[in-house]
Amino acid sequence: MNVQILKLLAKNARMSNKELAVCTGLSEDEVIAEIEEMTSMGLIRACKAVIDWDKLDDGYISAIVDLKVTPKPGYGFEEVAKKVAKYKEVESVYLLSGVYDLSVIVKCRSFQEVSRFVAKELAVMEGITSTQTQFVMRRYKELDVALDVESTDERGVVSSC
Amino acid sequence: MLNYGEILNGTITEIQPSGIRKFFDIASTMQDVISLGVGEPDFETPWKIRNAAIRSLEEGKTYYSSNRGLSELRDEISRYMLRKYSLSYDPKSEILVTVGGSEAIDAAVRSVVNSGDEVIIPQPSYVCYVPIVMMAGGVPVIIENKAEDDFKLKAEHLKAKITDKTKAIVLPYPSNPTGAIMEKEDYEQIEELVKGTNIILISDEIYSELTFNGKRHVSPASVGSLKERTIVINGFSKAFSMTGWRLGYTCGPKEIIGQITKLHQYSIMCAPTTSQYAAISALRDCDYDVDCMMEEYDMRRRLMVNGFNEIGLACREPQGAFYAFPCIKSTGMSSGEFCEKLLEAKKVAIVPGTAFGDSGEGYVRASYCYGTEHIKTAISRIGEFLNEI
Repeated sequence: MNVQILKLLAKNARMSNKELAVCTGLSEDEVIAEIEEMTSMGLIRACKAVIDWDKLDDGYISAIVDLKVTPKPGYGFEEVAKKVAKYKEVESVYLLSGVYDLSVIVKCRSFQEVSRFVAKELAVMEGITSTQTQFVMRRYKELDVALDVESTDERGVVSSC
Repeated sequence: MLNYGEILNGTITEIQPSGIRKFFDIASTMQDVISLGVGEPDFETPWKIRNAAIRSLEEGKTYYSSNRGLSELRDEISRYMLRKYSLSYDPKSEILVTVGGSEAIDAAVRSVVNSGDEVIIPQPSYVCYVPIVMMAGGVPVIIENKAEDDFKLKAEHLKAKITDKTKAIVLPYPSNPTGAIMEKEDYEQIEELVKGTNIILISDEIYSELTFNGKRHVSPASVGSLKERTIVINGFSKAFSMTGWRLGYTCGPKEIIGQITKLHQYSIMCAPTTSQYAAISALRDCDYDVDCMMEEYDMRRRLMVNGFNEIGLACREPQGAFYAFPCIKSTGMSSGEFCEKLLEAKKVAIVPGTAFGDSGEGYVRASYCYGTEHIKTAISRIGEFLNEI
């Protein structure tokens, strides 16, 4: 296991094995072996791009749906959480502290789809006692990446300091 | 018309404008340049720090601070020096907040140098030391550090330059432009040399947060008995990405800091109050931000050094600061010529090693204060340039 590789990949999953080798001081073969090992251990689950869907007219609509759940004896919240996670529309599921028990990020192609999904699938699911749906109006930052800023380099071209 | 030649201060007119000024002027006006030329972080100041400044303005904290700097900030600096560098300084008498490290360097030199005193300056190094010594009426004595010594200041070379007129030695480590650092053993040898003398060490540690490969910065003040003769200079520009805030500080024996405080009091009054409130947050709340920036610098550093070596420019691994200092002797060109031709042919701007003293000849300075894609593009263009010459 190599945390340095994980950190580098978390920042930029497109780093080549060669670049990872340069940055960690390992050989390329060692990097490949580490990544294979960490993938088979389930540490590295996927490598995906961060996309600003708001830039597209037909991008995705997201909603944060918080759920109150009656825990099942012997299973707690696990059963409901795992069932919720099975849906294609569900991007993330988190167990929360506080008033709500689960927080679900739902991703659909339209407001109607989100509404239908919450009403027909989540609200009626056994164990879920109430839902609170909050639509995402705009994304400002996603997975460490600021989406609403175009930065320009205002520093000079050369300096001796 | 007035004869300005007769009017102007002779010491100042004697200071020559930098020889590479022309190159800088051309580079600055050229369009679409890919630059590795800038010596300041590309990261914005961490938001917590900016927010602390905004809050201080909202609260109307817009007055002069005490000459020495806000006592709250000096307390934080004192704690920071202790936890980072095992150095104990009294915030009331041994710490002064300045306008950047630059003011501190100038005031430190002026506080100890009398007319005709010699100040030893290792090169290649940042450009300000020689003119500052001259403006103080001192005589700069240059030591040319060598690549084979990893650009460290070696005691045997220092010994040859020490005379009965030597007043001070500038220690600019971690080094701009070479990336060299000094370690405990290096300073122990220097301690042996200066023991029993009145020689002062002016230690410019502005890059102290930027050391790599698990090697922590060592301040000469923390080595043996050197503290009593060391003026430590540091600041917020490089570590916290706060160049535009102009805030630095100096720590040292109260006898010296007292004198520096007089210079500061009569020329500056106090460092900008808003920046001082920001700096309190920098020292208190921003270890994580600094660690994240360091991880990013380290990645870029490795990619850059590897990139230069791959295209055929021998590049030692810098241990500190945020510059690579590859050797261009294999091209047969001078540093100045190399940089001018590279700029003209490939629109890549890097800084000739000679900008940092004659001993920088044969080297160029490339900064990794740039994103990785930018660095890769610049190095691949330099590679093309090498193939075409």
